Amino acid sequence: MSKPLDFDAAEQLAMATGDVEPEQLDHDAPVSLPPPGPRYEAVPRAASPAIPEPEGELLEVSVGPHHPSTHGVFRMNVVLDGEKIVQLKPVFGYLHRNHEKLGEQTTYLGNMPYTDRLDYFCSLSNNWAYALAVEKLAGLKVPERAEYIRVITAELTRLVNHSSLVGFLLHDMGTMGTPLMYAFREREKILDAFEALTGARMMCNYHRFGGCRVDLPPGWLDQVRTIVDNFPRFIDEMERLLSENEVLIARTHGVGVLPPELAVNAGVTGPSLRASGINYDLRKVDRYGIYDRFQFRVPLGEKGDVYDRYMMRILEMRESVKILQQALRDIPEGPVIDPKVRLRNFTPPVGEAYGRIEAPKGELGFYLISDGSKKPYRYRIRPPSFINLTVLEDMCRGHTLADAVIILGAVDIVLGEVDR
Amino acid sequence: MIETARNFVGSYYDPARFPTIQYPEERQPLPENSRSFPILIYDGEDPEAGLRCVACKICEKECPPQCIYIVVERDEKGRAKRHPAVFDLDISVCMGCQICVEVCPFDSIKMDVAFEKAGTDRFGRMLLHKQDLARPNEYFHQIHPTEAAQSDERVGKTKKAPKPKPKPAADAAAERQPSRLAA
Amino acid sequence: MSACASSPTSGGGASGSLPSLEALRDRLLEAVPGAQIQIQPNPAVPEQSSLVVDPAHAVAVARYLRDAEDLRLDYCSNVTGVDWLDAFTEETVTRTRVVEGREVTVEETIRHRRPGYLEVVYHLYSMSLRHGPVILRQRTRNRVDDTRVASLTPVWRSAEFQEREVYDLFGVQFEGHPDLRRILMWDEFADHPMRKDYVEPDDYEYEPTPNAEILPKARRHYPLEGTA
Repeated sequence: MSKPLDFDAAEQLAMATGDVEPEQLDHDAPVSLPPPGPRYEAVPRAASPAIPEPEGELLEVSVGPHHPSTHGVFRMNVVLDGEKIVQLKPVFGYLHRNHEKLGEQTTYLGNMPYTDRLDYFCSLSNNWAYALAVEKLAGLKVPERAEYIRVITAELTRLVNHSSLVGFLLHDMGTMGTPLMYAFREREKILDAFEALTGARMMCNYHRFGGCRVDLPPGWLDQVRTIVDNFPRFIDEMERLLSENEVLIARTHGVGVLPPELAVNAGVTGPSLRASGINYDLRKVDRYGIYDRFQFRVPLGEKGDVYDRYMMRILEMRESVKILQQALRDIPEGPVIDPKVRLRNFTPPVGEAYGRIEAPKGELGFYLISDGSKKPYRYRIRPPSFINLTVLEDMCRGHTLADAVIILGAVDIVLGEVDR
Repeated sequence: MIETARNFVGSYYDPARFPTIQYPEERQPLPENSRSFPILIYDGEDPEAGLRCVACKICEKECPPQCIYIVVERDEKGRAKRHPAVFDLDISVCMGCQICVEVCPFDSIKMDVAFEKAGTDRFGRMLLHKQDLARPNEYFHQIHPTEAAQSDERVGKTKKAPKPKPKPAADAAAERQPSRLAA
Repeated sequence: MSACASSPTSGGGASGSLPSLEALRDRLLEAVPGAQIQIQPNPAVPEQSSLVVDPAHAVAVARYLRDAEDLRLDYCSNVTGVDWLDAFTEETVTRTRVVEGREVTVEETIRHRRPGYLEVVYHLYSMSLRHGPVILRQRTRNRVDDTRVASLTPVWRSAEFQEREVYDLFGVQFEGHPDLRRILMWDEFADHPMRKDYVEPDDYEYEPTPNAEILPKARRHYPLEGTA
């Protein structure tokens, strides 16, 4: 820990500690990408010259589905040359329950509790994405106070997700749970707040079309204010513990580099995309809800390696705290739900809508086709962690199997969402 | 290392870092909005006669995992009474989403806070009948005071003369399991 | 205000720098000779109307959309399938006929059958220019034996897993996909479960509460005495 930092991790740290002036980050500037070309055209697998001449014999290993590092039931079919990965095929679907078919057989309202179970770490974000898509489809407006509550709950969810992810990532590197337990301690406080508001800790089922289910209970805002005010202390603690840690830097620096052009072409979203230096945050791009009212920055990485992805989570937590402080300061009084929206027999007009939000793991979209009945004709979820897995092989190739575990950990998958 | 040591020492002194609660002797207080599984509210003394449920089957239709099963009670001529003959709720299927509570126009079905429902028999203990589900309004006031007051107001407004069929209260009470929530 | 559908900047409908869909279609028709492109309006959210492209020219159209300097739709967000069954529309027409030497006006009902098809929907955005969405659709000829469309995975890698999912759940054959295998269901599975006419296997599990939908299923498996 006392070893001086050699590579540009120090620059990353400068960003982390806020030494970068906000002016240096222009969020509305378009991303400067080289023109797309044949560089990232997908070639047929058989033709891809991915496997170089091996030194010895190639070894095929099936990692998972019950491997502790796979965050659920997930399998990687890995071809190894010595300890180097030459091919990696993710296999999933063990948790598949055909969520989308269920969605077509259930009413619009009845789908709301099911969305909790997609990414079970971030049920309130999922609620919001679904509510947003339905509101777009039906042309509903959300009362001011409800918008603020949505922002508060979504950003708290982001804190929950990112802090646990950092814990899990470090757990994968062999810290045996210490950061994870610290993260879970903070998560516990936020879950207590969720329980006080929604009645459930994880399966919140709180947002409704045109607002939120119930108003805040008395004292809830103070409870959240305490959590938010104490949260930077926790982030500092994590950073002191981890960001300069020799082992962490050695394990993550330069591992699993994702070039920005490939990240865009492969539809990677969320912190992984921004770690590659692409300034694309839907809270800034779409400005859904009331995100245009808040002052916050979008942290960007430079290398796109696992360290950047780790740092992205830490920095985004700091920005979330800023948003939360502003939202808690500005939240107005008023109704939380549009009383004209029918709860039962809710029927949006014929048509279709695609609504998306910046969920903690990336772009979470809901695509709905309505045929004018009580149930959606087509109910499609665009799961961020599923699509972020597309580039897992590209990131892992050439690294060791132990690195693949970390790269997978930094992608941040939840199998409830991948498999649906 | 310093951080780890600070957290380690802090876990002996800082009340915010005391993680252990000696459950079940010691319990964390639940927030008022907490929810577990649905219960049926009845007014007055008799859990059968005072049941607010009118067997309209709205909750059965709206329940996303379809864990509610209702049969309407009929009199000798086959006319439907405003009372359920069967009200079954399978808590091994129920996901506690509270949608039945939101759609119920009669303030009859509400969420309980008792979560210790584990049992060894999936078909016996997990399937709750209306006798197991019925709870007096006073109990509702105890667990969710704010919501109960609002609900009483609504029920008072729409209160009509109920026409319950009086059943022998003795065996209904005998069948009913005592509430396991000591509070 | 916090409007979700009416405000142009909220909720992903921001399409300020994009040309109108009609202009875009005309440009595409010019750039890709021989392509057949129709506009499918979306009554609920008009700014999310879509372009229906014929599979033969879909890759060329996609490449143009990705590479044109002012479009730069470099990010394919969402790929999904939709199953449209055979649809019947009834139309009542009034006709004059000669019946037994007299002219009579009769009302006739004509039944139109629109054959069913599978549809693949692509939601395209631009990360470089921050606009979108442009929605592309490809349709198969029918639902039974000719379910081919062109794979757009060579243009956008993000379609790789999602097209595999559409193949898995809907049975759309993507021509040109580098690795078309089942992704969520197991390899030996035969049917495509997201199709509207998919029949669930009859693996009845005893339910202590036979509710409305389970009741007929339960009756097939064991006589229900006393219940309902």
